[in-house]
Amino acid sequence: MATQPPILQMRRITKTFPGVRALTDVDLTVRRGEVHAVVGENGAGKSTLMNVLSGVHPHGSYTGEILLDGEPCAFRSIRDSEQRGIVIIHQELALSPYLSVAENIFLGNERMRGGVIDWNATNSEAARLIARVGLDAEPDDKIVDLGVGRQQLVEIAKALSKEVRLLILDEPTAALNDEDSAHLLGLMRQLREQGITMILISHKLNEIAAIADSVTVLRDGATIQTLDLHDEAHPVTEEQVIRLMVGRDLENRYPDRTPAVGEEVLRIEDWTVHHPVDTERVVVDHASLDVRRGEVVGLAGLMGAGRTELAMSVFGHAYGTGISGRLYVAGREVRATTVEEAIRHGLAYASEDRKRYGLNLIQDITTNITAANLRALARHGVVDRYRETSVAERFRRNLRIKTPTVQTVVGQLSGGNQQKVALAKWIYTEPEVLILDEPTRGIDVGAKYEIYQVINELAAAGKGVLVISSELSELLGICDRVFAMSQGRITGVVPRAEASQERLMHLMTMDREGVSR
Amino acid sequence: MSELAQYLGRNVRQYGIMIALVAIVLLFQVLTDGLLLVPNNVASLIQQNAYVMILAIGMVMVIVARHIDLSVGSVVAFVGGVTAILMNSYEVPWLLAVVVALALGAVIGAWQGFWVAYVGIPAFIVTLAGMLIFRGLAIVLVGTTVAGLPRGFIRISNGSVPNVLGFVANLDVVTLLIGAVAVAGLVVGQVRSRLAKRRHDLAVEPLAAFVGRLVVAGALIAFVTYLLSRSAGGTPIVLVIVGVLVVAYSFVMNRTVFGRHVYAVGGNLQAAVLSGINTRRVDFLVFVNMGLLAALAGVVTTSRAGAGVASAGTLYELDAIAAAFIGGTAVSGGVGRISGAIVGALIMGVLNMGLSIMAVESAWQQVIKGLVLLVAVAFDLVSKRRGVR
Repeated sequence: MATQPPILQMRRITKTFPGVRALTDVDLTVRRGEVHAVVGENGAGKSTLMNVLSGVHPHGSYTGEILLDGEPCAFRSIRDSEQRGIVIIHQELALSPYLSVAENIFLGNERMRGGVIDWNATNSEAARLIARVGLDAEPDDKIVDLGVGRQQLVEIAKALSKEVRLLILDEPTAALNDEDSAHLLGLMRQLREQGITMILISHKLNEIAAIADSVTVLRDGATIQTLDLHDEAHPVTEEQVIRLMVGRDLENRYPDRTPAVGEEVLRIEDWTVHHPVDTERVVVDHASLDVRRGEVVGLAGLMGAGRTELAMSVFGHAYGTGISGRLYVAGREVRATTVEEAIRHGLAYASEDRKRYGLNLIQDITTNITAANLRALARHGVVDRYRETSVAERFRRNLRIKTPTVQTVVGQLSGGNQQKVALAKWIYTEPEVLILDEPTRGIDVGAKYEIYQVINELAAAGKGVLVISSELSELLGICDRVFAMSQGRITGVVPRAEASQERLMHLMTMDREGVSR
Repeated sequence: MSELAQYLGRNVRQYGIMIALVAIVLLFQVLTDGLLLVPNNVASLIQQNAYVMILAIGMVMVIVARHIDLSVGSVVAFVGGVTAILMNSYEVPWLLAVVVALALGAVIGAWQGFWVAYVGIPAFIVTLAGMLIFRGLAIVLVGTTVAGLPRGFIRISNGSVPNVLGFVANLDVVTLLIGAVAVAGLVVGQVRSRLAKRRHDLAVEPLAAFVGRLVVAGALIAFVTYLLSRSAGGTPIVLVIVGVLVVAYSFVMNRTVFGRHVYAVGGNLQAAVLSGINTRRVDFLVFVNMGLLAALAGVVTTSRAGAGVASAGTLYELDAIAAAFIGGTAVSGGVGRISGAIVGALIMGVLNMGLSIMAVESAWQQVIKGLVLLVAVAFDLVSKRRGVR
């Protein structure tokens, strides 16, 4: 691969925002036909670099040069870069939910004849592209009816319709389950064989090891190193990449902990939940699980297994209809049909999507931390602002939230610090049990470690912690026991000593017939 | 100094709106050859625009909770009509009639809040329906006009706080006293809050900005006080009503659990639901409150006109919405201040007054007001866009 000439050279790119230098003399060279991974902690400058490349930050707003096939480029908009065959697929997908797959593929690039849309050409070309990306959908299916995994494929089909030569994928598998991720990686291999060059931005190092040909590490807005992953003489290890990313040795990705497990604090029995719209459909099927004090328990499952649905339905029926089953908190049976009651009974649920369901991004840290327990700070309905601030300050110290002040607006924080604010909010409700749904999604390696420390501290304080995660290595790293779910049922529980990724994956993919109640 | 400049830069919106108000006042003072700030004109400016300020307070809360209320103008006419009929045809004592009016407003608010909060119909639709329903009912009940209202009722919007203390060099002493209390309250309140913040290591604005703001605000109050004390009546009663409302509602929005829940619901509804906030109750109460304030505006409008008028309050909803947006309330909800909306209402009021004194046709007045609204919100969005990357 190293013999191929470069398709893209970015040289000495420097980009400043008011008050912040986001990129300093960044170099990036991508060879034709390779998958080139770009890694770095959140805030390392990956997204900014890609925005410079794709024309989101127009020519002139940065210094340095971009050469495509050796020719200098001066993109003033995304349209300019797309005309040269550079297409970026953002982490947050840019599809129009109520338009069809075909309409989305050709959005802004419509197949026309005589000034009107040529529906035959649109649908037949869409069908061809759908087949090419291995998408299981029809051209006239609505986007809103597809899962995230299939939506991702629509984005790729859309890119292919634009004669893409250099495809940039920003965290393409962040929201995908393992199965969809595997499919996507397979598709990327196929595209590479067809001569499409790809830049892959990802936090998932195993994915990079599986597919990338080379990897460039960014840190603090500067290029640290580019590594050739096919170099037999110097094989690249994950630890080496992590070290380059964080600038220090990260001996252990999971903090040590000695579990001190006490009595049972959460028990769910025979829990059944139906879909809120399609009320006949069973989403959670007679699920039972338990968590003890001081214990970190995992809940593994592929997307659609019903993990989040189980958690949210337990949390004051925040999801679903026709909910039945028994719920015990600290040994007492509890009926909580509203979130308010669930909180009062000692439950806490931190959502997997902190921006949509967890935080008020336009308000400050203090307000967010106290949002779920404001009454504790109020007398006769009037909030004690000073006590509130001291609460926020306490959490800033204890959870090591990096911010100038607790009056900083949450939307300005990095993902890891936002997650800490979301955790602080729930810790402040003084729950018996915390259900943490994907607590480290989309945050960088260093911040993950700190989140694990918080989880351990919570367990050490005698709380029960239930962690839902799509990263099996994470569950194996931090949990004492792991429950597996498949198709709405609990398919097994594995203690840490016996757990392995293979064992869990086996349980997570068990079909209905294979499960005994 | 650079710290001060930075601070002002970051808060350009907040100060910008105050500066805009002062600039508009000065502009019209020049354009009207000094007629705008003639004492009697200042008094009637307040009396004629009290309804906008009252409605804007409720509207800020509605918009912060990411709703809208298009029905307030019709509610003003309906409640005003009912009040007039109670006093005129049934000889209900005026104070009791006002209480009934406020209760009726709250019931109307509850009606609309029910559809919005518990049935889930968008507020735009519910209040558009309300706009038609209550305008229609007003016409059915009132016909065109019900005149002949008690003197006490008329005094609400046309009268002044009685001059029981006499004059000092043709200045009304009661008005001077009210102004002094207002300035003292402002200074003491702000200084105490600043000291408390310092004690708790909270960020405070730079001292120069703080002092500057206090001096400007204090001077404005003193100046208005001086003008009013020379006006024919002294302090208009509605000014006292509005002043009390501003203080009370600012407290509710900034300091109480309920106010914080309104911001939480508007900032991120789903997050509020998952934080155990009873979001439906918040939505419901915001509309009940809006109904209450619309009824008060109806009382004030009816009193000012001296009659229940079926066409009263036409387009008032747009005045209130415009005041809220000019005052910096976010179109998408979650952000907005009572004080901002009051300044927005004053800008609208000064425009009304100044253009009327200049005898600008009402058609052109509408054009100008429309442009001001557009520019204010555009300025808001642009300054916000520059704030984030």
